[in-house]
Amino acid sequence: MTGQDGESRDAGGADLSAGGDEAAFAEALVAGFRATPGGVTARFAASQARIVRDLVGQIAVLVGGDQPAREPDDIAFEFGLSDAVALPDDPVLARLLPDGYREDPEAAGEFRRYTEQSLRDGKVAAARTVLDTLPARGGRVRLSEADAQAWLRALNDVRLALGVRLGVTDDFDEQSREIRRDDPRSAYVWVYHWLAFLQDSLVHALS
Amino acid sequence: MSVAPAEVERPETGEKAVPDMPWVTIVWNDPVNLMNYVTYVFQTVFGYPKPKAERLMLDVHHKGKAVVSAGAREAMERDAETLHGYGLWATVSHDS
Repeated sequence: MTGQDGESRDAGGADLSAGGDEAAFAEALVAGFRATPGGVTARFAASQARIVRDLVGQIAVLVGGDQPAREPDDIAFEFGLSDAVALPDDPVLARLLPDGYREDPEAAGEFRRYTEQSLRDGKVAAARTVLDTLPARGGRVRLSEADAQAWLRALNDVRLALGVRLGVTDDFDEQSREIRRDDPRSAYVWVYHWLAFLQDSLVHALS
Repeated sequence: MSVAPAEVERPETGEKAVPDMPWVTIVWNDPVNLMNYVTYVFQTVFGYPKPKAERLMLDVHHKGKAVVSAGAREAMERDAETLHGYGLWATVSHDS
């Protein structure tokens, strides 16, 4: 697990603000989500909205799209059963759809058969909520509590996926300081930290 | 399987000396999930008061794992599935 110590709140993201909305970018960077009588709100610059929408959309495709086609009268489909019994090969999918048993492959397979489809559906639905409530051009987002819960889960899924791709470990703060700016991972390191800040602010706004 | 030190509430089981609840849900540490998010999830999913949710979160963080619920196998599988929905790394285990 990781704390949110505010380190990601400082600069470093200038590269991502290209697009002429630096002021909005900076405001959103500092403010994150906050609670108001009308729900939790946050302001997104266009570039930030693009980043979130792009990454959340990728999760929806990855989680929702990687399934065999089914006949409409498939009984298993009707009951929400999945054919899958094994941990996915893709390490990101394996983290998003983990085994339910650690040392019992048979029980893990059975658990997956009964839960994986609804787990995938839930993650896709959360991603859709973000895409439906975050305008592509950015601006102010106002969320009901149910939508905010979906945002929390969707942002977390993106961070889990980035964590796998970046090889995040417990001492990642230290590790990430050693990633040079010309390293292709550097932009994603910044996004990873920024999404942590965003998610942290959303938890605070809901608590 | 060692038992996590954080207390786990077990409903009354009448006159049975030993509660017949041998299944548990375990949450494992991972380097990505935020500490306050994990606390929030324990409060939201289980309705635990914040101090208890924080204690369990810290057990996961420092000890690598914590037992977060105990009960019938089906109920533990539902808990694990719900926690997977929140992106926590949860497994079901027989608490022997």
